[in-house]
Amino acid sequence: MELIVSSAIGLMTAAGVYLILQQRTFPIVVGLTLLSYAINIFLFTSGRLVINEPPIIRGAESYTDPLPQALVLTAIVISFGMTALIVVLALRGFLETATDRADLPEDDLPDETETGS
Amino acid sequence: MTVSEFATSWIIAPTILPAITAAILILMRRSDIEVQRFLSVVSTLMLLGVALFLYDAVNDGVTQAYRLGAWPAPFGIVLVIDRLSTTMLVLTAGLALAVLLYAIAGWDRRGRHFHALFHFQLLGLNGAFLTGDLFNLFVFFEVMLIASYGLMLHGGGAKRLRAGFQYVAINLIASSLFLVAVGLIYGVTGTLNFADLAVKARAVSENDQALLQTGAILLLLVFAIKAAFVPLHWWLPATYAAASAPVAALFAIMTKVGAYAIVRIFGTVFGDGTEAETLGSVVAPWVVPAALVTLAVGTAGLLGTRRLLNFAAFSIVASMGTLLIAIGQFSIDGLTAALYYLVHSTIAGAALFLIVDLIAARRTVKLDALIPGNPISQAAILGTLFFLVAIAVVGLPPLSGFVGKLLVLDATYGVPRAWLIWATILVTSLMMTIAFARAGSTIFWKTEGQTTGPGWETAAIMPMVVVGLLVGASLMLAVFAGPAVKALHATAEQALDTQAYVRAVLGSRENTEPARPITEPAADADVMPVPPQEAGGD
Repeated sequence: MELIVSSAIGLMTAAGVYLILQQRTFPIVVGLTLLSYAINIFLFTSGRLVINEPPIIRGAESYTDPLPQALVLTAIVISFGMTALIVVLALRGFLETATDRADLPEDDLPDETETGS
Repeated sequence: MTVSEFATSWIIAPTILPAITAAILILMRRSDIEVQRFLSVVSTLMLLGVALFLYDAVNDGVTQAYRLGAWPAPFGIVLVIDRLSTTMLVLTAGLALAVLLYAIAGWDRRGRHFHALFHFQLLGLNGAFLTGDLFNLFVFFEVMLIASYGLMLHGGGAKRLRAGFQYVAINLIASSLFLVAVGLIYGVTGTLNFADLAVKARAVSENDQALLQTGAILLLLVFAIKAAFVPLHWWLPATYAAASAPVAALFAIMTKVGAYAIVRIFGTVFGDGTEAETLGSVVAPWVVPAALVTLAVGTAGLLGTRRLLNFAAFSIVASMGTLLIAIGQFSIDGLTAALYYLVHSTIAGAALFLIVDLIAARRTVKLDALIPGNPISQAAILGTLFFLVAIAVVGLPPLSGFVGKLLVLDATYGVPRAWLIWATILVTSLMMTIAFARAGSTIFWKTEGQTTGPGWETAAIMPMVVVGLLVGASLMLAVFAGPAVKALHATAEQALDTQAYVRAVLGSRENTEPARPITEPAADADVMPVPPQEAGGD
């Protein structure tokens, strides 16, 4: 099981990093999502992998650590919210600039249409 | 209830107050902008009052901890105040008040929910300074960042959206790294509470050292992204230059959160770098070289940029370089200098963004481009303010930048390769002087044609007063440098005293916990009870 879990984390991280390095916003969003999945599983394993054990310590000889589960829950909520936000940002950016490139255009000197911002 | 117990209950106030304010502000109609402004300013004033009260409460040098729901540390969440935390709280509240007064002159109308986001931002900042465990540091970082995404986009526009995408993406990557570090450290030590971690990290077995050190280095990377270390600084100029001026001025404290976290984790928790076996010594060798390059890159940016807003952003990068050189010493003198420079550079950096905004708003054609243009209205007073802010940022007498750089130079006098540090700081200071002189003369002297910008009848006075106040604060910091350095020296001593921190959070359990079952919430906790889990953020 250790092999499956760790290689899953590694594969997802690798795919996530590859996608984040792309130039367009959509692959970056997908890459960030994959990365956060990998991180969630990684966090989960930081409490060690055990099967069929209760997440409490009450006279049990072995138990599964409940804290990483709480951490993962929080991390999932945060990364879900963040993914929603960045999707909206990417969409708004695409609609307003008609391009989905993630890099910034060179605009050293102001064009006269900007309004004092 | 004794005075100190009374103060202990107030530790949570800097997070509760902005949270409640922000919630109320969201419920208000958009048309009630005057009411929103009033509430926002009153709340920030109260926050400043609370911060000053807490500062005074720990002025005796005793670290105090507040246990949420009266769960004993390390099982429950703790908020901890010491001199370092409260200094940051006071600085944040003071800066927030200045920025708010600037923003209510008109910037807050340019988008929705400015005030609500502003207070959520303060919630995250204050929480990050108060928290006593690693996971809540992550949670408060996220609160701070989520609010900052909204604030950064305040005012709208295609440029902000695209810069905002980059800003969000880089911070999501940083958050992922943070979680990896949290997982590694928890996996090895079985705890995330700072005080408990300080004890357990020293007892980690030989086999697990590599994992723990990897976690520590990853944490440093995360804080380096926040603090805009080279080579992780590329997001900063684009973000800060694209954000609206009051937001960028408030963001002047955001980079300092990274610096604070480095001091707290690698100074207080993992011990100072002088002990060979501590984790602090694993990361310490990386900080100073990166800081030197950061300073050099920031200065090069100042010389090379062709926009005033980028100019201000690169001055933040350069100031972070100087700050991190001092932090990288991990000595009491170094940290004293770092804290003084931190306070100074927050004030000066914010003032620079605000004055640049005032200038750009008056250059209706060239805006913030560093090219000759029309003369601007109120050039005399704005020119003087720009000159004074430049003096503060560059570090010339008589303002606080001079004292700050002097302290940094003094703290690095005896260290290895001091010549390199001295040469970098002094040469970059000269380069920055040239850059500021060039920018100032281009804008104020190389002018032709009609004067642009509002006249005295229509121009808002408040923004100029705010910049004047920030310059005044820098002057005061220089005039009262003696008492300030004395207080910051005590702060630095306390921040590097791991034992006292551990005692305050873990050791005094018997004194503060009355004989009642730990599952029962404290009767005297007159604040919202929070489930005894890490932030319970579901």
